[in-house]
Amino acid sequence: MSRAVSRVREGSGVPLPLLAPAALGVAFLVLPVIGLLVRAPWSSLGSQLTAPGVGQALRLSLVSATIATLLSLLLGVPLAWVLARSRIRGRAVLRALVTVPLVLPPVVGGVALFLVLGRQGIVGSWLDDAFGITIPFTTTAVVIAETFVAMPFLVISVEGALRAADARFEDVAATLGAGRWTTFRRVTLPLVAPGVAAGAVLCWARALGEFGATITFAGNFPGTTQTMPIAVYLALQRDPEAAIVLSLVLLAVSLATLLLLRDRWLGRSGAPL
Amino acid sequence: MTLTAEVTVRRGSLTVSAGFEVAGGEVLAVLGPNGAGKSTLVRVLAGLLPPDAGRVAVDDVVWDDERTHLPAHDRSVGMVFQDALLFPHLSVADNVAFGLRTRGVSRAAARAAAEAWLARVGLAGLGGRRPAELSGGQAQRAALARALAVDPAVLLLDEPLSALDARTRLTVRAELRRHLADFPGSTVLVTHDPVDAMALADRVVVVEEGRIVQAGTPLDVARHPRTDYVARLVGLALLPGTGEGRSVRLDGGGVVAVADEAAGPVFAAVRPESVALYLSRPDGSPRNVWPARLVAATPHGATVRCELDGEVPLIADVTATAFAELGLAPGAQVWATVKASEVAVYER
Repeated sequence: MSRAVSRVREGSGVPLPLLAPAALGVAFLVLPVIGLLVRAPWSSLGSQLTAPGVGQALRLSLVSATIATLLSLLLGVPLAWVLARSRIRGRAVLRALVTVPLVLPPVVGGVALFLVLGRQGIVGSWLDDAFGITIPFTTTAVVIAETFVAMPFLVISVEGALRAADARFEDVAATLGAGRWTTFRRVTLPLVAPGVAAGAVLCWARALGEFGATITFAGNFPGTTQTMPIAVYLALQRDPEAAIVLSLVLLAVSLATLLLLRDRWLGRSGAPL
Repeated sequence: MTLTAEVTVRRGSLTVSAGFEVAGGEVLAVLGPNGAGKSTLVRVLAGLLPPDAGRVAVDDVVWDDERTHLPAHDRSVGMVFQDALLFPHLSVADNVAFGLRTRGVSRAAARAAAEAWLARVGLAGLGGRRPAELSGGQAQRAALARALAVDPAVLLLDEPLSALDARTRLTVRAELRRHLADFPGSTVLVTHDPVDAMALADRVVVVEEGRIVQAGTPLDVARHPRTDYVARLVGLALLPGTGEGRSVRLDGGGVVAVADEAAGPVFAAVRPESVALYLSRPDGSPRNVWPARLVAATPHGATVRCELDGEVPLIADVTATAFAELGLAPGAQVWATVKASEVAVYER
């Protein structure tokens, strides 16, 4: 890694037709963040941060994104294994279906969730009749919307790691008496751990920023469904300074998590992050 | 304890079909060129690949037949792969203990057994290391310990030495020979290196294009190769022909004078060191003298192995000095002679 970096630094080797658009790309991606920092109301930052609702929205965002990530790990890692290793038929179709939420506009995802899990929905009406459970416009709905949108990121990342891992290690484990489940637990999973960690971070970041599906399916109730992105959007219309402050908080949390996990789990040689 | 195998398995365009028996304590080498289907065969024995037809059994326990396919993890096998494939996330000792742990041995007992095995393969004190910290030879020793630690009925060695550098290969081969002598189960060694087969095996089967083309003791195979590939491996030029008294009329054209009476379909085998090369037709009257073209020359210790093409294809070993004095180079026209008494003849 360090060698690669130094090579780029010496790198007079970047041709102009690549260098110019690349520089423009960096500016395009970095300038908005700089703008956010420049326009931040640093003097009134303290009072803005302690305003009612900020802490509430932040806590809700962190908790729901974390639960969504755990849920994605629980369902997504086995799903990735099936996509990468099993010989079931229709795997290509399955993969296409799983990745639909990646390309689906989140608002459409929210509508779809509503149609299935809403009170009049296919599953929702049954839940309502049988157990008296209503999902829309609850914190549960927030978690479900975030999981729906974010899990494909984890699945894709873990599947890639599984494909890259040497499957002969699994052969070795089998000749040493390990069944498929033991092999998965004791060999496959540790081998792809960096990929799983990278996928989880990606998934968590996506869940934290989720807006469209959440507001459609879960609504905007402070304390139960109003997450940070929704709070930012609403604040922008009412009080732009508050929106900037909320954005800064979200930015800080994302960056801090990314850096922390990068050091702890992903190592310097690092997964695709 | 006897391993019996009689299997057919298709891999793409290649159909591998082979049968053999390996008694307890015996080492069978499966020798053949790359792509001959050796590894496919060993994967079937391990249970990693179900055969399309046939039967694999150890004594009365059936591993594969029309009805049964015992998965790899239920077979009493140990397997060593070409590149050790130690689990990178486990310590060396945990690698060796892995098979015992999956078979329900307690952590402490597995650990103790692993340490004992590491000591046996000369890696005492290295159990705490990560596989990445081992040399190639050490890793392959650890892989052997890992395979043997579960006390398998069948030991499968898939090119266990080919990833090692020449010097390491020599020492690991000698150690492997010792461990195999102590091993009570059946061993199947897959290799493309005849030296491995000669040094380690009690019996050899030669596999080409998915079929066994020759079987016998290493000495037998070396002395009486039945295909060009085997002959080339052991350095012999193998000339099929028909015996006509004290000469053999070759199938490919030409006649070889021999010392003993021969009749019917035979092989005439010529050792490379008994072939002499001249730039012009030698004087006197050697009975075996043929014009030939030098197609390839490979240094081979103090000698140069010359591959000759012509009416009678031969392999000649000449000293490096002679090679230089003759000014030989690929493409050169030469005369090759062999004494009749140096030609071995055996029935086809």
